[in-house]
Amino acid sequence: MSTSAPDTAVAPDAGTERPTSGELLEVTDLRTTIRTPRGPLVAVDGVSLRLKRGETLGIVGESGSGKTVLSRSIMGLLPGRGTMLTGSVRFDGQELVGAPESLLRSIWGPRIAMVFQDPMTSLNPVHRIGRQIAETLRLHLKLSKKLANQSAVTLLAQVGIPSPELRARNYPVELSGGMRQRVMIAIALACGPELLLADEPTTGLDVTIQAQILDLLAEAQRMRHMAMIFVTHDLGIVATRTDQIMVMYAGRAVEFAPTHQLFANVRMPYTEALLHSTPRMGNPSHTRLAAIDGRPPDLVSRPPGCSFAARCPYAQDKCREESPMLVADAAEPDHFYACWYPRGTSTPVHPQGAPSDA
Amino acid sequence: MTLDASAAPLLTVRDLHVSFTRGGHTVQAVSGVSFDLFEGETLGLVGESGCGKSTTGRAVARVIAPTSGSVVLGDIDLTTCRPSVLRRERTRLQMIFQDPISSLNPRRRVRDIVAEPLDIWHSAKGQERTRIVTEMLEAVGLDPVLAAPCYPRQFSGGQCQRISIARALVMRPKILICDEMVSALDVSIQAQILNLVEDLKAAYGLTVLFIAHDLAVVKNVSDRVAVMYLGRLCEVAGADDLYRSPRHHYTNALLASAVEPDPDAPRTHAPLQGEPPSPLNPPSGCRFRTRCPRAEERCATEVPELREIEPNHHVACHFPVEIRDRAA
Repeated sequence: MSTSAPDTAVAPDAGTERPTSGELLEVTDLRTTIRTPRGPLVAVDGVSLRLKRGETLGIVGESGSGKTVLSRSIMGLLPGRGTMLTGSVRFDGQELVGAPESLLRSIWGPRIAMVFQDPMTSLNPVHRIGRQIAETLRLHLKLSKKLANQSAVTLLAQVGIPSPELRARNYPVELSGGMRQRVMIAIALACGPELLLADEPTTGLDVTIQAQILDLLAEAQRMRHMAMIFVTHDLGIVATRTDQIMVMYAGRAVEFAPTHQLFANVRMPYTEALLHSTPRMGNPSHTRLAAIDGRPPDLVSRPPGCSFAARCPYAQDKCREESPMLVADAAEPDHFYACWYPRGTSTPVHPQGAPSDA
Repeated sequence: MTLDASAAPLLTVRDLHVSFTRGGHTVQAVSGVSFDLFEGETLGLVGESGCGKSTTGRAVARVIAPTSGSVVLGDIDLTTCRPSVLRRERTRLQMIFQDPISSLNPRRRVRDIVAEPLDIWHSAKGQERTRIVTEMLEAVGLDPVLAAPCYPRQFSGGQCQRISIARALVMRPKILICDEMVSALDVSIQAQILNLVEDLKAAYGLTVLFIAHDLAVVKNVSDRVAVMYLGRLCEVAGADDLYRSPRHHYTNALLASAVEPDPDAPRTHAPLQGEPPSPLNPPSGCRFRTRCPRAEERCATEVPELREIEPNHHVACHFPVEIRDRAA
């Protein structure tokens, strides 16, 4: 399959129509099932979302909430065997679920790029970093070796690596964690992607370095008008750097709202519990944290009803029997939550199923 | 909690140095750290990776031997006392580590893991041993009947950390050294463990040295906080005081870098550029001077000593942050 320039769309499949809404990414009822020895595990259970160019979405959840599987499912980066993907992921009008790998390959890199949590295992330890960046440019943009090497140095400079000509000749092991994450970002940005998936890009980095990396990502996004999905366990990171936030619990989206609305008017008890259990620097020392008792359910044998019911202080019989749908708030039509007895004041309108009806 | 500065400290650390030599290079992990730990308090030790905070904790617990300096517990210097004395004293000073799963022996049952210190000291056998194990497991919030016969792999990370705490408390230590004990846990589980530490501290009259990189976590549990950078202490003060008015430029930058779950929080830009220098070849004078906005010539030539600039507020800086000109 021929590789096209980053801003020319790849040849669409027959029957694919161009989007009219201006959405860059439309995920509808995405379900990822992983086969395990104990039975099928539904890691992502019917998640829908939409993202425009230039927007940032934060996906927040604890370990096992399905946030990483969701981001990889969107990109189509799941091992084929033992994993089943249903639903739809439309990227710029192109269906990615079930698309041939040749098509995905033309999209990975030039159009959708990913920054992973662990920069050490994501980089090839036996190749110099300059070569690893140049490789992407030569493959996707068909640059000559010389030009690709020059561009790699430019990219290293853009992500704030001092003396980039020298650093390009380093191996990953010679760089610190923060520097390696900058290299990962340089590789991700190399072909000018339209969508950047950042999966816990600052976990494991020190706070002063984390602040540098977050600034770098925000700057890159602003300059390139990229859409970005920020996957993290830390509500603090997404609070000031996203347009909207999806909170995931046990594979499901349990609350989805524009960032300010989410924090101003938390509806889902899980989101509330997450906020109350996070220690804050603004509180006096020895402030008692509102811990959430218990732990998330086993996704192989998921209990009926709301997944959070067993840990929820407000749960009633209905919560343990019927699974709540994601519904829109009556007062805030962009604010969705999956709860029978939400916190806050306004009442929900009839179930709508997915944010795509907003 | 108010601290009576005149009270004799339970643990005194003076001029602690730890260096490691590898391949002809010497890394000064800890270079002259001094602090006191008063009975009943929690002292938070915070800093970024490689600053020497874990090494300090390990040297205090004598998991590793310090190169020089003294660690005095009660009236016994742990750095110079005889090995048999050290062995006995160590039961009063227990440590909890970051990775709860790898710090438990996977082939032993929970009851034997918790009872191991008792077995080593022959301090309880038979029914008495079972009674103490049951009591400890209950104290850390595990069901003794269900948990005691199980193996660590049958527990989640948070539960394994509870088992580690039960093991650490079984000898009724005076001091607990917690090294990044909640860093590997999810927020909801982290809150459970932090609350548990507060409860146990009150129930067993513990004194805690709480080592962590997370500023909000450290503030939550600590009475006083010590900030460390490249092997030295920069600032030591009461928790609320330190977070409200940091006087060292590094503390100030560290606090400004932290993110809070509040969309209206001012979105600060990275206040520090670059990365910490290598501990193989630390800068002369003040170790923070290469990244400090206020550094002057004096900072390169003269090592700033930790001095008390306000009551109970110590800072190691020639030009401390003025209350007025704190960075936002």
